[in-house]
Amino acid sequence: MLWQGLELTVAVGLCAMLIAIGLGLLGAWAKLSQPSIIKSIANTYTSLIRGVPELLLILLVYYGAPTLIQDLSSNLGYSFIVDLNPFVAGFLTIGFIYGAFATEVFRGAYLAVPRGQIESAHAIGMNSSTAFRRIILPQMWRFALPGLGNVWMVLIKATALISVIQLDELMRNASIAAGATRQPFTFFLAASVMYLGITIISITIQRKAEVWANRGIRNV
Amino acid sequence: MDLTIIWESLPRLLGGALLTLEITGLSILIGLALAVPLAIMRLSDKSYIRIPVYSYIFYFRGTPLLVQLFLVYYGSGQFQEFLDRVGLWLFFREAYFCAVLTLTLNTAAYTAEILRGSIQSIPRGEVEAARAHGMSSVLLYRRIVLPKAFRLALPAYTNEVIFLLQATSLVSIITLLDLTGVARIIVARSFEPYKLYIAAGVIYLLITYVILYISKRVEHRLSAHLRKRSSPNVSPSNFR
Repeated sequence: MLWQGLELTVAVGLCAMLIAIGLGLLGAWAKLSQPSIIKSIANTYTSLIRGVPELLLILLVYYGAPTLIQDLSSNLGYSFIVDLNPFVAGFLTIGFIYGAFATEVFRGAYLAVPRGQIESAHAIGMNSSTAFRRIILPQMWRFALPGLGNVWMVLIKATALISVIQLDELMRNASIAAGATRQPFTFFLAASVMYLGITIISITIQRKAEVWANRGIRNV
Repeated sequence: MDLTIIWESLPRLLGGALLTLEITGLSILIGLALAVPLAIMRLSDKSYIRIPVYSYIFYFRGTPLLVQLFLVYYGSGQFQEFLDRVGLWLFFREAYFCAVLTLTLNTAAYTAEILRGSIQSIPRGEVEAARAHGMSSVLLYRRIVLPKAFRLALPAYTNEVIFLLQATSLVSIITLLDLTGVARIIVARSFEPYKLYIAAGVIYLLITYVILYISKRVEHRLSAHLRKRSSPNVSPSNFR
């Protein structure tokens, strides 16, 4: 039962991480772009998300968003009922939150790519998207990996909060088992050891990935 | 949009915010007091000191706070008889005590790791110079290492304080009526989810900005000797 919960936790975590990376790239692009409207939208996004607790955001999305949409649509004369699946609501919210952290990581990584590289890409006639795909992105990964690793580590721990909206992930299954067997300490300790296992495996993979991303770079 | 519900429940939300601040403040103070010796022990040469402290830090940083909270609050129930016999059950029965205990242990682990980083980044030369002056280890830490380590750690520590402030929202799950807890109760009774959650979010944001402002001021004060001396002001308004 805990094992099934663990699988669901990892699944939610991976889906959320994909969303976070997507939003992070988008957010970093927005923060670095010229039009000030796009820039201020991205700035508002990152500072709002970092100032409000995750739990509150999860409650807001899961319980608040459907009602908000219904209210707005009834004002416009439509009526439809939104029913969010806890899995989808969970990974969308977590992804949305950690997208703000990933934005900062990608922004830093983009700024770490030497300007000359980008200028020479333009000089040999690459357009912006080709330069981004061939020159900037491969080098950004190298600078972004340590930060992304941290985001993942915090993200996977934040998935425990989704148990609040009744998704049967690791934490909720541990609670159910603890209640049924009257051995809360045993089950929560087991769950915490599983989270610790995820953390240890993640650290190992992160080290490998960093070695891979740094291939071709001389170690000092 | 009808906003009277927010206005009506504002006193209760602010009451919840007060509990949030109280739990945050208490955990931060005790956590910091624990973190200083832990950071020094974490850097010890003796493995029987270093390894237990490292394991403690690794456990608390590697597992979700929610699990830690449940482990203390619900998990202690499994040892009720034992705790009752040594007279500690009185404390573990209280959600408030469990919340502060868990948050303190959690923030102590994170803070110790931040302090360890800043202690390690102090230039060796300064430590050697202090030793050459004949300072004992205690004096060395008190006069040279810790003051500089605190200053270096301040930006990261501010982040930790903000994370802890937001982490206190989890205590609403173990029945405490902090800001999130109050919002959840009013939502459950009024069926007005988004207005109240947004109102609570705004209060959290305000508290976060106050913390950031205080941190900026503290940083400004602590780095007075590192700033360029302001050039004597010769703007015309000074010649009256």
